[in-house]
Amino acid sequence: MKFIVCSLGLLGVAAAGTAFAQPVLPSEVAFDEYGAVSASLTGKAGDAASGEVVVVERGQGNCLACHRITALDEFPFHGEVGPPLDGAGSRWSEAELRGLVADAKMTFEGTIMPSFYKNSGYVRPGDGYTGDAAKGELEPILGAQDVENVVAFLMTLKDE
Amino acid sequence: MTASLYGAVLLAALAAGAAYADEDADLVVNGEIEMTVRAPAPDHVEGLSEIMSGWLFRSDETQAVQMDDFDNPGMIFVDAGRETFNAEIGADGESCASCHEGPETLADVRPTYPKWDPERETVQTVEMQVNECVTERMNLPEWKYTGDDMVNMTALLASAARGKPVDVAIDGPAQSTWEQGKEMYYTRYGQLELSCANCHEDNYGNNIRADHLSQGQINGFPTYRLKNAKLNAVQSRFKGCIRDTRAETFSPGSAEFVALELYVASRGNGLSVEGPSVRN
Ligand code: HEC
Ligand code: HEC
Ligand code: HEC
Repeated sequence: MKFIVCSLGLLGVAAAGTAFAQPVLPSEVAFDEYGAVSASLTGKAGDAASGEVVVVERGQGNCLACHRITALDEFPFHGEVGPPLDGAGSRWSEAELRGLVADAKMTFEGTIMPSFYKNSGYVRPGDGYTGDAAKGELEPILGAQDVENVVAFLMTLKDE
Repeated sequence: MTASLYGAVLLAALAAGAAYADEDADLVVNGEIEMTVRAPAPDHVEGLSEIMSGWLFRSDETQAVQMDDFDNPGMIFVDAGRETFNAEIGADGESCASCHEGPETLADVRPTYPKWDPERETVQTVEMQVNECVTERMNLPEWKYTGDDMVNMTALLASAARGKPVDVAIDGPAQSTWEQGKEMYYTRYGQLELSCANCHEDNYGNNIRADHLSQGQINGFPTYRLKNAKLNAVQSRFKGCIRDTRAETFSPGSAEFVALELYVASRGNGLSVEGPSVRN
């Protein structure tokens, strides 16, 4: 509900119509000065269950590589490179989480956390995990809807 | 039922394995070769105060395999290397042993390479030096950089130097190569934008998913990995680590990897040569 109100409000300002048809391009994501992104990248609500899969899967977000998430204890091996994400949905707003997932470097300058919705500015980008050079235009690591789904999942991580 | 029970027990065991990495252990091989597995960081390594062998970050079980040559599968490849060393394979029937009495006479090689070669005016790795003898002194086609003959020979040369401190020179004519390697070490490669330092300097001792991060030292190379059940060359490891950042990697034997090897080796100056070591 809140989601719809919020994106409608934005659409009033931005060019209406196009946002629903096409996801926001990685180069056109609007970060505010703290790194938050208020508008949905797709105009479609995120799905937390799909987001959980992205968070767990090694070939997708693989957030567990670096973060511990108690709610996902059934999946083995949580990393320690970043802080635990328990309570992230209480600590951060949806817009802040969208900014963190899209490009955490806009929130934490120089952070080790990868930028998941970005497709330029890399040193020797590869063709996935093959070790070969990337071919053609790069895709961001996660699609726009994946980002929305991950944000929806993170919003479920509330303080006890 | 049984299957899932087994799964749970196995996972618990694996998790315990990671948790029990004993970073305070001491390494003595065969009850006689005392290894220096931690040492004060050399002055040229700004990001670390202490340097630590990768052995310290492995589970108790993996640590134990390296403590006895009868258990260490890497030693089989040392024997294969010794056979090649003595075999009369050269175009005129020369063996390595015709010119180098035995591997022991080459015990200073592993600790001091990569090293500036004044005649070729370049920094040479052990592999490049061996290939110089193979092609110019035995008139054979060059050995593949990370092929079996080469990796076995580097294992033999490492084993002849076990326990000696790594001591590569970084100044003089090697300095610009060293600087190049240092720059690479801090470059955030690939779509994940991760540098060697992000994992091996900022996060050693932490888990990244199922992997317990070490300092990425190379004093233990070549390493026998339980994961792929073979001996692994140092530059194959570099290649894998860069590939895992979703980057276009470099080739073993490339000028870039030679520079990186010199730099990474220098970060371990003071640790003992351990090769062939055992890793997971
Ligand atoms: C390579 C390691 C790495 C990966 C992979 C990673 N992160 Fe992070 N993340 C970090 C680090 C480190 C920080 C801490 C920020 C800082 O200070 O640099 C962080 C911070 C965060 C934060 C804010 C921390 C807080 O207080 O709650 C969130 C939320 C977050 N990450 C979510 C994710 C999600 C979602 C994914 C997967 C799509 C992910 N991260 C993948 C390393 C990582
Ligand atoms: C015909 C004689 C000859 C043969 C055969 C030969 N080498 Fe050499 N090797 C040399 C000479 C001479 C040098 C010294 C070159 C120099 O100092 O630059 C050398 C240098 C080396 C070095 C470096 C020594 C150092 O102190 O830096 C290594 C390692 C080496 N050889 C390994 C081998 C191996 C392994 C083989 C067999 C595959 C082999 N050599 C076969 C003559 C030979
Ligand atoms: C995403 C994290 C990551 C990055 C970035 C990374 N590595 Fe690694 N590296 C690992 C992991 C995981 C291992 C296996 C566990 C360990 O020893 O740390 C490893 C192992 C190694 C080892 C073997 C250490 C031993 O004792 O056997 C070396 C050497 C190494 N890395 C070098 C490098 C170099 C050089 C770079 C930069 C080009 C690099 N790594 C970048 C994660 C990384």
